[in-house]
Amino acid sequence: MILAAGVLKRLAIAIAVLGAIGAGALWFLSAPERLNAGEVAALGNGDAGRGERIFHAGGCTSCHARPGATAEAVLELAGGLELKTPFGTFVAPNISSDPSDGIGAWSAEDLGNAMLKGVAPDGSHLYPAFPYPSYARMQPSDIGDLHAFLKTLPPVSGKAPGHQLGFPFNIRRGLGLWKLLFLSDRPVIALPADATEQARLGRYLVEGPGHCGECHTPRNAIGGTDESRWLAGAVAAEGEGNVPNITSGEGGIGAWSESDIASFLESGFTPDFDTAGGSMAAVIRNMSKLRPEDRAAIAAYLKAVPPHPNGY
Amino acid sequence: MKKLAVVLSIVALGTGVALADPHEDREAVMKSFGRSLGPVFPIAKEEKPFDAATVQAALVAFNEQAQKFDVAALFPEGSTSKRTSPKIWENMADFQARADKLKSDAAAAAAAPAADLAAFKTRFGGLMDNCNGCHEAYRLSGD
Repeated sequence: MILAAGVLKRLAIAIAVLGAIGAGALWFLSAPERLNAGEVAALGNGDAGRGERIFHAGGCTSCHARPGATAEAVLELAGGLELKTPFGTFVAPNISSDPSDGIGAWSAEDLGNAMLKGVAPDGSHLYPAFPYPSYARMQPSDIGDLHAFLKTLPPVSGKAPGHQLGFPFNIRRGLGLWKLLFLSDRPVIALPADATEQARLGRYLVEGPGHCGECHTPRNAIGGTDESRWLAGAVAAEGEGNVPNITSGEGGIGAWSESDIASFLESGFTPDFDTAGGSMAAVIRNMSKLRPEDRAAIAAYLKAVPPHPNGY
Repeated sequence: MKKLAVVLSIVALGTGVALADPHEDREAVMKSFGRSLGPVFPIAKEEKPFDAATVQAALVAFNEQAQKFDVAALFPEGSTSKRTSPKIWENMADFQARADKLKSDAAAAAAAPAADLAAFKTRFGGLMDNCNGCHEAYRLSGD
C-alpha cells in the first residue's frame, strides 16, 4: 500500500509538472507578437493625402462613426456601434484623435501593431471583430499614411462602452492561440503568375484594407474565415439575413461584368437596378470615394477568384 | 350569365390569392421601379446622351408604379420574409413616412420635366436616395 501511494504521488507530481509545462507552452504560444524593426521602419513618415484613400478603402467609418451619423459627421470617429455576435457583443471604440478617449496619443507604430498584429499599445490582444486578420495583409507604408490621415480628423471626447463577452471569450490571452491559426500576411488567393497588375491591386484592396472576406466568407466554429469558400457568401455574423456570394459560382455574381461591379461599388445600383441594402450601403459610400481604377481593380479581382456555390 | 359568374369568381379568387402573398406583390412592385427607370440609368451615368423625352417618359412611368406602393397592403403586420428586416414593423411610422416621401418625390419629378442633364441628375439622385435610405434601414442582404 505504501508503495502504491508513492507511485500515485509520483504520478500526480508528473501530471502536475506536465500540466505546468503545457500551461507554460500555451502561455508562451499565446504571447502577443509586435512589429519587428524592419516593419516599423517600413511604416515611413506618413502622408495624410495618401492615407485618405486607405481610410476609405478600410471602411473605418462603417463601424467607428457614431451610430446613425450621416454626411460629414461620419468623420467624427466616436465609436459606440454594437456588433451582436454569437461570441457576445462587441462595441466599436472611439478612434478619433482625442488623446485620452480616442487614439490621438498613438504613434504610427501603435497603429501598425493594432492593424497588422492585433495588439493594443498596452500589449494586450485585440478582438478580431476589429478586422486585423484582413488588415494584416496591408503594406506598412499604407498604415503610416493612414495614421497621418487619422490625425487630421476631429477629436471627440467620451469613451465607448466596453465589449460584453462571456467566458471563455472574455480571456484576451486566448486570442494568441486563435491568431496562430488565423493571422497571416500571405494573400488568400494565389493569382496566376501572368495575372495583371490590376487584379493584384484588386486582391490587395479586397483581401487587405477592404476586408470584404470578413462578412462575405463563411466562418468556422471558432470564428476563423473558411478560405476554401472564400467570398462565397455567409450567414450574417451580426443581425439577420445572409451576406451575398460575390464569386462567380452558383448564386453569385457570375453574370455581372467587371464594369457592372465597378459601377455598383460607385453608385450602389446592381445591373438590374436594385440597390445595395443593409450594411453594404455604408460600404458603397466608402467605395465611391476611391479612385475609379481602384474600383476597376476590385472588379478584376472578383472575376478572378475561384467560383463557389453559396456559402450559406 | 352563369359563365360570367364563374369567370368573375375565378378572377376574384385569383386577386385574393395575389393579395394573400405580399412577398411576391412587393417584390413585383419593387422590380417595376427598376424596370421603369432602367432607360435613364445610362443617362445618369453619362454613358448615353441626355434625352428629355426618354427621361420624362421614364419618370412618368416610375411615378405610376410608385403610387402603387401601398404599405398597408404590401407590408401587413407579420409578413416577414428573408429580406425584410423586422424593424419595418417596429418602426412602422418611419417606414410609412419614407413611403410617402417616395410617392411625393416621384410625383414631383414626373410633374416637372428636367431641362438638362444637370437638372436631371440632381432630381434622379434625390429620387434614388429614397431607395438607398430605405434599403439601408429595412432590407436584409442576400436572398
